[in-house]
Amino acid sequence: MIYFDNSATTKPYKEALSTYVKVNEQFFGNPSSLHHLGLQAERLLFESRKQMASLLGTEAENIIFTSGGTEANNLAIKGTALANMHRGRHIITQQTEHPSVINACQQLEEHGFRVSYLPVDSHGQVSAEDVAAALTNETILVSIMHVNNETGAIQPIQEIAKLLKNEPQVLFHVDDVQGRGKVPLNLENIDLCTLSAHKFHGLKGNGVLYKKKGVKLSALLSGGNQESGFRSGTENAGGVAAMAKALRLIEEHRREHGERLRAVQQFLRKELEGRQDVIIHTPREGCAPHILNFSVERLKGEVLVHALEERGCYLSTTSACSSRQKKTSTVLTAMGVPKEIADSSVRLSLSYENTRQEAEAFIQILKDTIPTLAKVQR
Amino acid sequence: MNYDRVLVRYGELSTKGRNRSLFTNKLKKSIMHALREFPNIRLQVRHDRLFIHLKGTPFEEVKEPLKQVFGIQSFSPVVRTEQNIEEIQAAALELVRKNFSKGKTFKVSARRSDKQFELDTNGINQAVGGYVLQRMEGLTVDVKNPDINLLVEVRKEGVYLSCEKYPGATGLPAGTSGKAMLLLSGGIDSPVAGYMMMKRGVEIEAIHFHSPPYTSERAKQKVLDLAEKLTAFGAKMKVHVVPFTAIQQKIQEKVPSGYTMTSTRRAMMEIADEIRRKQGALALVTGESLGQVASQTLESMLAINAVTPTPILRPLIAMDKLDIIEIAQQIGTHDISILPYEDCCTIFTPAAPKTRPKLEKVQQYESSVNFEELIKEAIENTEVIQLPEEKAASEFSELL
Repeated sequence: MIYFDNSATTKPYKEALSTYVKVNEQFFGNPSSLHHLGLQAERLLFESRKQMASLLGTEAENIIFTSGGTEANNLAIKGTALANMHRGRHIITQQTEHPSVINACQQLEEHGFRVSYLPVDSHGQVSAEDVAAALTNETILVSIMHVNNETGAIQPIQEIAKLLKNEPQVLFHVDDVQGRGKVPLNLENIDLCTLSAHKFHGLKGNGVLYKKKGVKLSALLSGGNQESGFRSGTENAGGVAAMAKALRLIEEHRREHGERLRAVQQFLRKELEGRQDVIIHTPREGCAPHILNFSVERLKGEVLVHALEERGCYLSTTSACSSRQKKTSTVLTAMGVPKEIADSSVRLSLSYENTRQEAEAFIQILKDTIPTLAKVQR
Repeated sequence: MNYDRVLVRYGELSTKGRNRSLFTNKLKKSIMHALREFPNIRLQVRHDRLFIHLKGTPFEEVKEPLKQVFGIQSFSPVVRTEQNIEEIQAAALELVRKNFSKGKTFKVSARRSDKQFELDTNGINQAVGGYVLQRMEGLTVDVKNPDINLLVEVRKEGVYLSCEKYPGATGLPAGTSGKAMLLLSGGIDSPVAGYMMMKRGVEIEAIHFHSPPYTSERAKQKVLDLAEKLTAFGAKMKVHVVPFTAIQQKIQEKVPSGYTMTSTRRAMMEIADEIRRKQGALALVTGESLGQVASQTLESMLAINAVTPTPILRPLIAMDKLDIIEIAQQIGTHDISILPYEDCCTIFTPAAPKTRPKLEKVQQYESSVNFEELIKEAIENTEVIQLPEEKAASEFSELL
């Protein structure tokens, strides 16, 4: 099996999985319980929080555990909107955001908020000047992703952060679900940041919203006031500990194997560029080291994904979340890619565990597969 | 030329006469404790200054930990030159250039501890200031409120230059004033009292009274977390956790309700004093502040104090609550202190404790009870925990 769908989800690290099992066997108490079992779970949760914070370069109190990236994005956007609507009702984002950002914004529009969806250039990048131009006295939030989930394009986060430093009334949220563990991000001038554990070999059902001290946020889930009241619900201590471990491990892997990952991507890019019938959508400069998005002309992306699957290679069309809706990729459309080419696109996404040998085998399989499909399709 | 060492000024310490080497050695130890994460640095003690050789460690990383060390008046990252005016001028120019941006003003503040040097302080100011001014366009002098204050300190072994000066924590180095026992409850006041004594060079061991099942494991953990916070200001700390349930129950049973609080405090003092004696400490420290609660009236203090002739230090006695809270916030204990766990002082509080207890009365009530055996037992079963604690983290380290 060649697993090249790591932006959809990663395989959990064995170590993270074993943490999850052990915690649920030994420290299964409710962290809010008064007795010893509760106290142990609470302390484990605190140690996990401290470790996450130190890996992110922040303090434990700035970490809110959530059920995943979607919840963290919703909490960041709707939570900010609810808590700050008295100051203004304008939000700025951009067109290639993940649906959990776009749809949260659209929902707010139904409730009287105004949202600017900034365009991107042909590389999929938004410009800081456009952000600056879109700011109004009513603006309360700018939400821009770090690494695009379909193309791997990196957005100019530091540039925007610098710009917003002079706008103290505007909060800056960054969706770092695809970047964490692959592309370093300094949180210093960022107010809110989303992470998802299963994108860095943790388990599904765990995420983080980083919230800078002093940032006002309304909770979306009301209840027992866990997570300092920002996210009620009994804490998933096992998942959280597994996430803390996975983040530690992927950061180690990034330092040790970062070059290798980039080299595998470069190799794939070069081989694909050598083909007349392939168009690569991932920008050459300013892209993450693990994503390659490309189209094989006149071949439906969906068909190619299934054909490759028969040969043991796992890829996606667009993002896993949208691929079942059979819609043309909004990300590629926003970049100006024509519909028929966008409909041919597939996304290949790597982890530090993928090797050059796998990449070579994949290229060979692709070479063999395309002619058989092209014959039928025509 | 990068800052390669830090010059540390002692302040109050320099006046300590023949005891000075004791003080400087303790200060050296405190600095080593505060900078223990940086194995490369080396310390060099001089009679009026201490030098930290950074050996590649960035100054920015040692800056914050150094600000917490008691006994430091101020400190500056410095570069060193020989006692040679050309060399001083060249280094000065480079430093000012690095810190300069358009419109900034500057001045030279020379200091000469080696009176043999060819120029006096005015001479140095002029020679260095003139040299820098001639070579930097747009730089002007402002002797009252300069943006760049170039410090030049001429010493026997060399000349030290800096554009930065940071205030230290002042006070006296940890352990220079002997040892005292702090009664640490978990509230806002007692950690602040401990901090203030530490600032005056007192080594602290903490005593906490634990009354399971009336007080929870969380309440105990909270006290350990507070004590651990205090270790940031000097050194390690022992915490003595005294099992106090049996004594509290006995008091409830035997002493009239108006006097239970007074009796409880007296028992605590007696136990604390006995642990003090065993640990070779010289005083007890409490977070009492006059008039804050029933036990903190002068009448109460008289009745409670009567159990021991040992000095009971109350550094917060004349402070307002808001001022105490402000310090608690500064030293990072406030947010732990306000966690809502019952402690042994609040659980048995009677509805109407006597605010003006009479010593004779409390003595009379206690005379019918044999506390000695219970107190002895409590001391024997006291748990001692050494902080900072390595254990809590390693318990889960395999999981994380």
